[in-house]
Amino acid sequence: MHRFANPARFVRLARPLTAWFGAFGIVLVAIAAVGGLALTPPDYLQGDTVRIMYIHIPSAWLGMAGWGGIAAASFAQLVWRHPLAHVAARACAVPGAVYAAICLITGSIWGRPTWGTWWEWDGRLTSMLVLFFLYLAYIALAQAAGREEGGQRIAAIFGLVGAINLPIIHFSVLWWRTLHQGESIGLTGSTIDSRMAWPIPIAVIGFSLIFLSVVLMRMRTLLAEAKVEARMRRMTAS
Amino acid sequence: MSAVLNAWPFVIAAYGIALGATAALFGLSLVALRRAETRADALDRKGKS
Repeated sequence: MHRFANPARFVRLARPLTAWFGAFGIVLVAIAAVGGLALTPPDYLQGDTVRIMYIHIPSAWLGMAGWGGIAAASFAQLVWRHPLAHVAARACAVPGAVYAAICLITGSIWGRPTWGTWWEWDGRLTSMLVLFFLYLAYIALAQAAGREEGGQRIAAIFGLVGAINLPIIHFSVLWWRTLHQGESIGLTGSTIDSRMAWPIPIAVIGFSLIFLSVVLMRMRTLLAEAKVEARMRRMTAS
Repeated sequence: MSAVLNAWPFVIAAYGIALGATAALFGLSLVALRRAETRADALDRKGKS
């Protein structure tokens, strides 16, 4: 992992990956959207509203995976003092917050015709809302920390502590059986009929590739800004 | 319930928000990257000359 500690080496690798991830992601999301909107059958009970599933599931996954990325990068920052770890954690925050928000909004839109309500203080919905607020707090904290090492460490500790919410979100449907349905996709299989389920992995992979492309773009942006700042400081000093 | 409410306005709104937000996130990140790398390259050239 320390092979990529050199920002110039990282940027050389990230440049082609950004383009490839973005291009493949867009193609896969387009395929999944066509499949989800036109090629899959409506649900016998929910009708066509079930089509929201093909964007709601990937956004829920990325809302949680984004914080997983923050937690992993924060761990690398605190334990190995990896020079790119804080940059990686900061780069995950905004896209993670966007997908957590998309998950909440699409879930609310799905809930209105299905449950008869836009919002309910259910375990899954509330823990996801908490995750969104954690993202906002992390973004503010990391922004305030800037390049100061002490502030970056506080942001990293917050990133690790916030990860406690991830298992709470995952197990919320088992711990508090209220409104949100239980787990329908697990590691061993799915309770969704295969005629309806096939666009889900395509959508998850497609949105994940777009997410990775955005994270790489944001990392490169932060590194370029740091480079400009360092150069300006040297020019002012000389 | 689908007989009571037409599902499609909900489906279209959800897809519009998800795909629109994804496109905005991707586009804004790309613009910020171009701007930052152009500025860094310009300073590099200035430093070399």
